[in-house]
Amino acid sequence: MTDIAERSVPKLQFTDAEAGAKEFPDSTARSYNYFKPAKRKQTHYEDVTVEVQPDPRHYLSQGWIYGFADGQVGYPLTWTKLKAWGQDEPEPERGPGSGGLPKNFSWPAHGWHEFRDPNEEWEMTFYRYGANVERQINANIDVAREADAFAQWNPNWVTFVERHVGAWMHIEHILGLYVFSHANRSGPTNMHNTAMVVNGMHKIRFAQDLALYNLTLSEEIESFEGSAHLETWDSDPAWRSAREYVEALTAIEDDWGESIFAANVVFEPLVGELFRSNLVQQSAAGNGDFVTPTVIGCGEYDYSRRDLRMTIAMFEPRANDKEFAAHNQEIMQGWLSKWVPLALEAARGLQPLWSEPDFKPPRFEDALDRAKSRFSGIVSELGLQLPKELAQ
Amino acid sequence: MSRQSVARAHQKIQELSWDPMYHTPYQKYGTDYTFQKAQKRDPLKQVLRSYFPMQEDKDHRVYGASDGAIRGNMFRQVQERWLEWQKLFLSIIPLPEISAARSMPMLFHTVPNPELHNGQAIQMIDEVRHSTIQQNLKRLYMKNYVDPAGFNSTLRNFHNDYCGTIGRQFAEGFITGDAITAASIYLTIVAETAFTNTLFVAMPAEAAANGDYLLPTVFHSVQSDESRHISNGYATLLMALSDEGNHQLLERDLRYAWWNNHRVVDAAIGTFIEYGTKDRRKDRESYAEMWRRWIYDDYYRSYLVPLEKYGLVIPHDLIEESWNQIWNKGYVHEVAQFFATGWLANYWRIDPMTDEDFEWFEYKYPGWYDKYGKWWEAYNSLSMPNGHHPIVAENVDYVYPHRCWVCMVPCLVREDMVMDEVDGQWRTYCHEACAWTDKVAFRPEYEGRDTPNMGRLTGMREWETLYHGWNWADVITDMGFVRDDGKTMVAQPHLDLDPKKMWTLDHMRRMGNLQSPNVLLNEMSDDERTAFAADYVRQGPAGRPAPTDA
Ligand SMILES: [Fe+2]
Ligand SMILES: [Fe+2]
Repeated sequence: MTDIAERSVPKLQFTDAEAGAKEFPDSTARSYNYFKPAKRKQTHYEDVTVEVQPDPRHYLSQGWIYGFADGQVGYPLTWTKLKAWGQDEPEPERGPGSGGLPKNFSWPAHGWHEFRDPNEEWEMTFYRYGANVERQINANIDVAREADAFAQWNPNWVTFVERHVGAWMHIEHILGLYVFSHANRSGPTNMHNTAMVVNGMHKIRFAQDLALYNLTLSEEIESFEGSAHLETWDSDPAWRSAREYVEALTAIEDDWGESIFAANVVFEPLVGELFRSNLVQQSAAGNGDFVTPTVIGCGEYDYSRRDLRMTIAMFEPRANDKEFAAHNQEIMQGWLSKWVPLALEAARGLQPLWSEPDFKPPRFEDALDRAKSRFSGIVSELGLQLPKELAQ
Repeated sequence: MSRQSVARAHQKIQELSWDPMYHTPYQKYGTDYTFQKAQKRDPLKQVLRSYFPMQEDKDHRVYGASDGAIRGNMFRQVQERWLEWQKLFLSIIPLPEISAARSMPMLFHTVPNPELHNGQAIQMIDEVRHSTIQQNLKRLYMKNYVDPAGFNSTLRNFHNDYCGTIGRQFAEGFITGDAITAASIYLTIVAETAFTNTLFVAMPAEAAANGDYLLPTVFHSVQSDESRHISNGYATLLMALSDEGNHQLLERDLRYAWWNNHRVVDAAIGTFIEYGTKDRRKDRESYAEMWRRWIYDDYYRSYLVPLEKYGLVIPHDLIEESWNQIWNKGYVHEVAQFFATGWLANYWRIDPMTDEDFEWFEYKYPGWYDKYGKWWEAYNSLSMPNGHHPIVAENVDYVYPHRCWVCMVPCLVREDMVMDEVDGQWRTYCHEACAWTDKVAFRPEYEGRDTPNMGRLTGMREWETLYHGWNWADVITDMGFVRDDGKTMVAQPHLDLDPKKMWTLDHMRRMGNLQSPNVLLNEMSDDERTAFAADYVRQGPAGRPAPTDA
């Protein structure tokens, strides 16, 4: 046995510094007290999200301390044309002797702060969700590989997946990074921006899922050409209008609201679900493919069960805003009139794809009708009118 | 996923890179930097297929430890001295984290290399993780630590307290102004690469020494992401360096970012580590020693200096000066003393220093007692309400300092104070380097070159201005730093929770009104102002009045 020189370690002490050890003012005040919860009780999600992004109309008494060259500071409410009740009230002015808290302050001061992500996403939830999706996809593909499932595919279907399912990854990628993630610098509250990141994260993940699926297929199917999607995406006329649409989303000038709206309210039901559900999901089985639907299904679930819910919670209150309903409805109707024709053009551009597989999906016109009626449902949930352009 | 398959997967997702064909993305964020579009490698080499399960696994460990800490009654051994400072730290840090997430999109279109965007997107997701996991840790403290006051009002406090403006530079600096200055140089090259070691490694070690092993659990998990972000910054920096025209801007931004991080981070973290601990083993490293190792050796000597050969102009003078501030000019001690002087404007309790603390300080910082010992003895003797005022209003040889217009830490090393009339207002700065930041760096022109995208300093930058002429009881009420009996203050200059020994608004009511040094400065005549400045730079150390001439 060798002697070990006396080790230097911190000495722990019994301090009895745990809740309930003493009674004194505030000894039981154990919830965040600076915001009003949406429901009776504050949720875990609210606790980790609300008010992290400051607001000079709340407690930010000295204002934002850095600005852009043009004088804009923080998260200007003018970064969308939509408005929420209370926002046209002048910002509290502070100066010598003014004090900090706005006069007659009552939280939330304006309507934007009422938004809560109905999916209640924060880090614990989105990693669990993302990890589960990835595990599920991996498992499905492993099983398919072991069952030699890819050998069952019709040759034309191989080409279809290689090119067109492949092309779709680009759409998800652009939406994920350059539309949703990009918007997370722009929203008026931390709840908006976090919800937009989560939506972006779904899309980036789905884009990568499609890319990695493509990689697997090029290993499993001899005739599968892993880079064919690039050529299709760049030069197949069927994809041109869809690509124009998503690129146009990135070119919207300074309106995060329009970007999210034109993506999730217009593009997703009229083009996204049309392609994913009404074309790929409906054709795969008949062409011997039971794997692709499980990959596509994850992206479909992201949108239909989570991102759409979030979107409706984000925009419906603005269409019914107690102060700016008319203003907002006019703006959103304008967006519908602008984007619906472009989405329909993108949808119709994809029409030739319906005749490519050997086993044909239901007719394009029927698929488009279904997409339109899905879209109509969303529009009425938002409290908006169907745009006349939908009849085109 | 195996390492090899991650590499292949990562290779594959490069096919997602997007080149716009029909529409040019709207350039919402501007920069004065120029980048050549060239094939670049994504330094993160991550795919979400392996990223999500990896992060989930890290989460499991964090949340498992959280449950264990509560079941194991961790709070029976946590030092209150330490946890009180977490009311400040954890009120600050979720905003810098979420701001880092918000800053990533500013790079998407200003850095024209799509290969780098995947790494930026992963960093963005990481940062949302950090912000919410830290809010959650604070929530756990609020629910389980003996005194929840200050945790329960955390974000309101952070938004209206003077410490908030100091902390917010380390957040707003990431998201405004020139996109590269903000999201790349300030955030990744300086804040993350240099200063997160003190934040996320040194601080957790000190937490553990004070009985809190949850902070290390959470922050080491955070740091394991942070280190990946450093490679994002490095890739962008190398690209910027490859264009000669950027060198001047890089020099400016490195000077600004370095100095600002030093002023802000060393002030806060230095105080937590030196004055928030009960661990007074002589062989535990002091903040100065940690700084020398992690910031001076690891960052400056090993990371920055090798970049010199690529044309990076390194602020050697400011790095040496930061060390000089910490080692010779007592920067951290001056800041801690100021926090304690102004305890009544805070939302946490500050424990007095004891003989054991004195001995440690004297050992680690020879000469400490002569400078600061007497004042801390006075702090101790004035800590219980007993007919006297809080220390700020008692005569203890301390002159209340003016605030630095730029870093918003007061001008504590008095001899360095710079006064100037800028934009029609008399301002004080803690140091020539902060004055330069306002007068030279944050301007639309820099050394004869147009810098139309450079940010601006904005806001009511002196906290005292808002309360000029107010009674202290009203100030504290306005900020909301009052407990649920309607009169006992959240802040206390001691740790005794006996209600009879706690300060209340009634004690504050008896004090003189709060006066804003900057308002008073601007009301002075020119002669008075000159005399004021001449006196100020002769004050100190430890805030002592200037010696009277014999
Ligand atoms: Fe972080
Ligand atoms: Fe300063």
